[in-house]
Amino acid sequence: MSTFTKQFQWLRARDLRGLALPAGLLALWWLVSHFQLANQHVLAPPQQVVQEGLSQISGGFGWDVLASLGRDLAGFFLGGSAGFLLGSLLGVSRLAEKLIGPSFNAVKQIALFAWIPLLSVWFGMGEPAKIIFIAMAAFYPVTINTFEGIRSVSRDYAEVARVYAFSRWQLWRRVIIPAASPQIFTGLHLALIYSWLATIGAEYFLKSGHGVGNTMIDGREHFNMGSVLFGLVVVGCIGATLNQLAVRFERRALVWRKPN
Amino acid sequence: MTDSKLRVRAVAKTYPGQDAPLQVLQDIHLDIRPGEFLSIVGSSGCGKSTLLRLIVGLENDYQGEILLDGQRITGTGLERGIVFQEHRLFPWLTVAQNVGLALENATLSEADKQRTIAEHLDLVGLRGFESAYPYQLSGGMSQRVAIARGLVNRPEVLLLDEPFGALDALTRATLQDELRRIWQAEGITMILVTHDVEEAVYLSDRVVVLEPRPGRIKRIVEVDLPQPRQRTDAAFVAIKDDVLSDFGQLPRPSLLPTSWPARSAADYLFAL
Repeated sequence: MSTFTKQFQWLRARDLRGLALPAGLLALWWLVSHFQLANQHVLAPPQQVVQEGLSQISGGFGWDVLASLGRDLAGFFLGGSAGFLLGSLLGVSRLAEKLIGPSFNAVKQIALFAWIPLLSVWFGMGEPAKIIFIAMAAFYPVTINTFEGIRSVSRDYAEVARVYAFSRWQLWRRVIIPAASPQIFTGLHLALIYSWLATIGAEYFLKSGHGVGNTMIDGREHFNMGSVLFGLVVVGCIGATLNQLAVRFERRALVWRKPN
Repeated sequence: MTDSKLRVRAVAKTYPGQDAPLQVLQDIHLDIRPGEFLSIVGSSGCGKSTLLRLIVGLENDYQGEILLDGQRITGTGLERGIVFQEHRLFPWLTVAQNVGLALENATLSEADKQRTIAEHLDLVGLRGFESAYPYQLSGGMSQRVAIARGLVNRPEVLLLDEPFGALDALTRATLQDELRRIWQAEGITMILVTHDVEEAVYLSDRVVVLEPRPGRIKRIVEVDLPQPRQRTDAAFVAIKDDVLSDFGQLPRPSLLPTSWPARSAADYLFAL
């Protein structure tokens, strides 16, 4: 094998067809702004977005990203843990399901953003309200998937545990949680995506403080389209990275599953 | 019989039915000798699996008495192992971890556990597969792991609930020979439930024939042939035919599970 083909082997190993659409759109955007087919104030040209990005990065944009990521993860862990606990309780106890299940299913129907007026009155526009809002976004998918995962664990597995004289704790730790783990991971994965969406939403509606969402609102208010578009790209990249991290973690944790 | 290991005394079992209670077992008496290989055969619904579940302790609500070494059985215990028809391995554990699961509550040091796991994987011919996951194993290999898991505690009695019922004929014959070899080497009392009369006659010291509705013992056939047995041997065939005559018709083989192509139909729509 020549060094040339060896060097580009990684290119072949990855499927790059998914890049065709974004590359095409980027080219179209460049063409539209190059030939001035659209109002420059509404659709900033790519180079202006890059310039705006560079000036923002040198002007402390990193702190905004860290602030957003910090509250995203705080909300994710808070909501995810609460969801895991409630989902487990509903999963193992028929009584808890009868008592709490109907209320949970009713409250779940309230659109997430409908909570914002209440949250801002109770907790103000600062960090606590934002983190609680993000936690709520993470809470529902983890609760539902943990509950369903635990409920769908086969009785056959529990019988094996009984044959080997497992305690309740061993049954929980060694059988129920691992058997339900694929669905629990699905819930956590959804929660990670939702909590990032909720982070930007919280920054948008609860405006005080710093964050990627705040920079985009400032950009809109100053009619700085470069800033808005740059924020959009950053939000997309962070979301995609979080998603990739979740996919990799899940794949590693669930190696025992039959690959499709 | 005073030296019997396991005694089943006047056991009856009734399930609450929709209209009337359903009696699945009636007046079962059995004495199983230490180190004996006993088979229980019968058509579907004769309660043979229920009897095993009572002995292993997964069902506790029954009439009569089941005694192991003079002690009444209450609940499950490590002195009784079981191999189910479906292997019931935990897919998230490797082969070695699945076998080790049975030792979770055994009073052994970690080194002893590892050693006995390795010995039992050797015994079922799966050395080298310690770190494989169940999805990577064939049906026959999975059932070997399940047998190793059943044996690793060195139980006094190993119960086998149609362990080879879902396997193809060749694999089944191989595993029957393996099981005979293990039984002879380990000297563990084994009780096999099966619908395969040839399998029962091939392996057992005695074959218990159950008749259905409610499940009762029709008769017990001694198989007084030296091991290993020849399936084509005239004496073997005579005993097999004798047991089969109790059924009036040949027992129906269980339906083999079919597997579908792994790809979904939607993949073919967009197979560009």
